[in-house]
This record gives sequence, C-alpha cells and structure tokens, in this order.
Amino acid sequence: MNPTENKTFCASEIDASCRVPLLALFGGAALWLVAGLALGTAAVMTFHKPDMFADCPFLTFGRAQAAANDLLLYGFAMPAALGVMLWIFSRLSQSPLALPIVPVAAAHLWHLGVLIGTVAILTGESTGQTWLEYPRVAAVLLFAAFLLIAITAVATFGLRKARELFPSHWFLFAALLWFPWIYSTANLLLPFNHLPRGVVQPIIGWWFANNLIFVWLTLVGVGVAFYFLPKISGRPLTGYGYALFGFLTLVFFGSWVGIPQSAPVPAWLPTVSSVAAALAILPVLALALVVKKSACGAGVSCKGGPFCFIKFGMLGFVVSSVLYVSEFCPRYARVLDFTWFNFGVTQWQLLGFATMIFCGAIYEILPRVMEKDLPFPKLAKVSFFLLASGVLLYVLPLIIGGVEQGMKLHHANVPFAEASAVALKFLRISTTGQLLILLGALCLLLNIFVMTIHWKIGLLKQLIAAVTAPLESTEVKL
Amino acid sequence: MKTGVSIFTTAFVALGASWLSLVYAPFQQLGGAKQTIVLQSTDIYPLQRTGEATLGAQVYRANGCAACHSQQVRQRDVATEITLTDLGVHKPVDFADFVKSLSELPELALYKNSLNANLKDWNGGLPKTLWRGTDKDIAAEMADRLKSVGVKSETRIVATGVDIARGWGSRQSVAADYLYDTPVQLGSLRAGPDLANIGVRAPDVNWQLQHLYAPRSLVKNSTMPAFRYLFTVQKIGAQPAPEALVLPKEFEPADGFEVVPTAEAKELAAYLVSLKSNVPLYEAPFTPIIPTK
Repeated sequence: MNPTENKTFCASEIDASCRVPLLALFGGAALWLVAGLALGTAAVMTFHKPDMFADCPFLTFGRAQAAANDLLLYGFAMPAALGVMLWIFSRLSQSPLALPIVPVAAAHLWHLGVLIGTVAILTGESTGQTWLEYPRVAAVLLFAAFLLIAITAVATFGLRKARELFPSHWFLFAALLWFPWIYSTANLLLPFNHLPRGVVQPIIGWWFANNLIFVWLTLVGVGVAFYFLPKISGRPLTGYGYALFGFLTLVFFGSWVGIPQSAPVPAWLPTVSSVAAALAILPVLALALVVKKSACGAGVSCKGGPFCFIKFGMLGFVVSSVLYVSEFCPRYARVLDFTWFNFGVTQWQLLGFATMIFCGAIYEILPRVMEKDLPFPKLAKVSFFLLASGVLLYVLPLIIGGVEQGMKLHHANVPFAEASAVALKFLRISTTGQLLILLGALCLLLNIFVMTIHWKIGLLKQLIAAVTAPLESTEVKL
Repeated sequence: MKTGVSIFTTAFVALGASWLSLVYAPFQQLGGAKQTIVLQSTDIYPLQRTGEATLGAQVYRANGCAACHSQQVRQRDVATEITLTDLGVHKPVDFADFVKSLSELPELALYKNSLNANLKDWNGGLPKTLWRGTDKDIAAEMADRLKSVGVKSETRIVATGVDIARGWGSRQSVAADYLYDTPVQLGSLRAGPDLANIGVRAPDVNWQLQHLYAPRSLVKNSTMPAFRYLFTVQKIGAQPAPEALVLPKEFEPADGFEVVPTAEAKELAAYLVSLKSNVPLYEAPFTPIIPTK
C-alpha cells in the first residue's frame, strides 16, 4: 500500500510536484513551436520567390516543410499535451505526481529526439514517410520518452483518491495507449525495416497519419478541454452521455478513416475509409454538443484568457474535423485530392485546434505550478488574438484556394499553370497569417522563458543564502 | 467507463480492429505481390530500377520532392473508342445515313444524337473518333456495321479522366506500379505536375538537368524552385567539360564559368527519366498507340 494513501494534499503541493517536469516539457515545446513556425514560413517563401533558397539545400521546400510540420506536432503539440496530461492526472487524483523525476528525464530525451530528427530532415536524412520522417535514433528516443511519461501518468492515475472517472480520464488514458501502438507499428514496418512492398507502405502511412492527427490529437485535445471548460466556468461538464458516445464512436470509427479515395490500392480500402469517415461525423457532433452545453452561457469573460483559447480550439476542432472527414467523400475527393485543401485542413488541426488548446492550458497551468503570476499577462492575452486571427488568416485562404485550385485542375482544358497561379494568390494571404501565428508563439515563449529564468534566479538566491548563512553552532555531544 | 481497465480494453479493441483491417489485412493481401505480365504480351512488369535511377530515388526522397509532386494518375472510367481510319468509297456526308441506319436498333438509337453532334462539323479529316462509350457490345455492333459498308475503323480501349486528358498518363496508377519503390512516394499535393510518367513526357536527361538547374528557362511561369545546389559552377578549364549544361543567355553563369551537374543531380535526372507507368495491365487496361513509322 502506498504510504501517502491517507494523506490529503492541498492544491499547491500537487502543483509544486509538477513544476520541474512541466517546465522541462513546456519550455522546449514553446521553443520548438517558434522554430517550427519560422521554418514553415521560410518554406513557403519558395512559392513567393522560387529561387530564394536555390543555393541552400536545408531550406528547400520539401525539407523545410516536413521539418516544420514535425516540429509543430512532435516538437510542440505532443510534449505540451503530455505535460498538461500529467498535471490533469495529478489534479484529478488529488495527489502529487508519482515518480516526478521520470518525466524530467523523459522531457530531455524527447527534446533531444526532436532536435536530432529536425537536423536529419534538414540535412536530407529524412525517411521519406509522411509524419515518420525522423530517423531511427530520433524515433527510438521519442518512443522511449513517451513510454516513460506514460508510466508516470498511469502511476499518478493509480494514486487517485476518488475511484470515479471523469470524461477527461477516458480520453487522456486512451491516448496513452494509442500513440505507442501506432508509432511502433508504423516505425517498425516502414522506416526501420521497409518490410512491406509497394503500396502497403503508404497504406500503413495513411493509417498512422489518421490515427495520429485525427484520433490522437482529438483524444488529448478534447480530454484537456473537458477538464478546463468546467473548471474555469465553475460548472460541471454537461452531457455525460454525449461525451461517452463521442468517445466510443471516435475510437471505433475514427480509427478507420485515412485512406484517400483515389489511392492506387484495392477498392475495399478507400470504401471502408469512406464509410468510417461518414460515421466519424458522429463523435464530432456529439463532442461539439458537450462543448456547446458546457461553454456557452457560462458567463466567463475571458478577454483573451485561457478560456478563450480553449473555446477557439474546440471550434477549430469541430470545423477542421468536418472538413477533414469531407476529404473522404468520393465526390469531393475527386476535386480536393492533391490540392492545398488537405494541407490547410491539417494545419488547422495542428494549429487551430491542438496548439490553441495547449497554449490555453499552459497559460492556465503555469502560474499555478510556479506559484507566481505570468511575467507578461498582457502579452498572454495579446497572443490569443494574434494566434486566433493568424490561424484563420493562414488556413482559410489555403482551404478556399485549394477548392478553387481543385475546380481548375478538374477541367482538363484549364492549363496546369493557371490552376497553380490561383493557389499562389491565396498563398500570399496565408503567409501573413503564418507571421501573426509566429508572433503569438513568441509571446508564449517569452512568458515561459522569463518565468523559468526568474525561477532559476530564485533557486540560485536560495542556494547562495543557504551557503552563506552563518552556520548554526552545534555542540558535539559526546 | 468505470475503471482504467475498461478504458484500456475499449481502446485496445477499437485500435486493434483498425490495425487488423488497415495494417494486417493489406499486408496479407498485397505484401506478397509479385511482378505481373503486361497485357497481350509476355513482358514482365515492373522491372527494378537500375544503377543511377535507384540512387536518384533517394535524392528524390532526401529533398522531399514528394511534398509538391504526386506520382499517381487517377482515372474515371475505361471506355471503348471507335476511330475511323479509312472511309473507302464513302464521303463524310454519307454518315448521316449511317447514323440513321442505327436508329433501327433500340439500344443504338440512344447514341444517335451524340453521334450526330460529333459528326456535325467534321470536314472529313482522318483519323476521326466516331464514338466513345463504356458498352463493349455496342462498340462491336457499330464496328461490324462500319465494316459491312466498307469503312475501316479501329476499336481501342481507352482510360478516361482528367489526369489522362492532361497527358499525365494513359491509364490509372495501380498497386503494381510501386512494387519496387522504397519508400513509395505517392505525394499528396500537386503544387507541381504529376510525375508518374515524367519519363514518357520528358525522356531527355539533359532537359531534366537544365530544368532542375533553371526551371524557368524551360517552363515559363514555373513555380518550381531552382535546385542550384545540385550543380557546381566552375571555371572552364582547358576545354569545356563535356557534361556542362547548355543554357539560354540569361541563365548562363558569369563569363568563363560553366555549370556542371553533381552526381546527385545526374542520379535524380536518371530517376525522373525512369518514371514510366505506361504499359497496359490486367487491372488497368488500354490499347497502346503504336507509333506509325
């Protein structure tokens, strides 16, 4: 039996136990977010000025865009999600984090993996499989780090006082199983061994990408939102039944989506995905209903605070998921496949949903675990408006431009160059959006870094005080 | 959802089912795929790439070319097409009677209007596509009737669709096309044109090299970035290097310098030229056009 079983902990004790691991996860994550956005902006510059990086292999579109996408997902979204998850688990368990040293080590392994992976892509050592570009060393580091954090999370989960489980628990707990399974399957079969021949490779790649971007991000994003929405508004989550329905339909139907309708594979595969995509509307609607019931009319005036982030993130979830699912309708797919539409939807899922939710959660958690206000609270609010407007300005032109490009491509007598030119016009607007997002991310980075530095200076002062303090005279008793 | 175990079990069953169907089943169905025979021939397809082209696939991967280029042709349908090649004693005007004779048969009468529209502005130029449809029996019937009045025609199987109309291929891409690709780089965005048959469209290695070095010297308004880092600009020695690029004036380097492709550039060009998926297969049939000599 655990010795701490009968002790009750106050919130500040729980928060303090998360301080070091969360700082390690969030600090690196914010840095990667800025790096990823900067790299993504550099990548699309190629479309504005094609010869810009003609002499610079590291920033050619194919490399920089892949590295940027991976930085947004593996660099920011995942460590941020894991950090938030650890804190939620210890808060829901009403117990300090179990094994607090493990996630600290894991965070460093994770960030090392992302660094190695990014450098590898930029130097041309990418594996060439979408979302699995990181070479073996980096993939192993990420996998090990995830397992370590999952162990901590499960151990903290086991310490909980109340046996009852909340909707947040289902989503976050399932996410802990989901990632190791899909990541190991995809890595072992694709870049490590190249076991399957031919089109089996992209099939597994699509399965992985869908389970990662659609299912996993939904699990963690919605899990986090379902914790914070009731907490900030001070009302319990309404629509327990809808939440359960949403969870079950998401894991059972959502995981079958992903095979493009035009894929050169046996016809049953795209058909299965298409049916699953139609059914995957159900969890999106059910979860949207829960959010609407819990968030609307809550009377929280957030003015750019965490509540705004999470509300905007959930709105992004609903819209981007509906658009994502529509990619698998054969009728639309004929026009939308191979256009900027799909690219824009993925960016919306990554930035407009996951990034918004986790930024909000970080702004909410940080002052608590540091027991100190944010150094630049105004900047935090400004960053909401920057991120929100940036995301819309970034993804909407891509999506609209993608539809227009698709319509042009769909008519064989429209020259290819004309279709590309249409998309280019929209790309010019979307790059402005990217710059706004980048500014917003810089605000987050600044807040976390200044906070970390203050904390480290505080530690140093304590240390100096402890060293220079006059020694208590102790008598040696014989 | 009362305990951790029940969540775990639910997630395990859900993901397990998806894993079995979208990972395990395709692996079983396609993982052991072998080469096939080209339709109406004894040729084996696909053949493994050789030498430089194999290395070039890795240059393609390393530079993320698949971020902007797909390697996949889509098709809408397979149709049968009747092309007139020799009218014999007949004149184009006589075809009004021919079309009229079709209305005797109810199933052919359906096509009367489309045939009339097709023949309306025809000045008698040959070869002329008379009819295109998905029904093979109708095509056979029509060909018989043409033959009986002494008109020579060709019946061909053609794949239809936007990608094919753009000239990106003569049939859809199928699983067999990617048998020897590792990694398979299908791509998901067409910021640039499809490359599944770039080796058919632009079979000249020198064209490919020049296009990589200066895309806009060959394709006006191209949005492709120049890949100058795959080339070396060097001082011309005693004699110009034999492999130096021949460039138009405005793309030439400074006087006394020449542009020489690196090994990587040559491999990439060899790979691009090797990209061909233009043979008819059982699962993607079409009648190839045999070039007239």
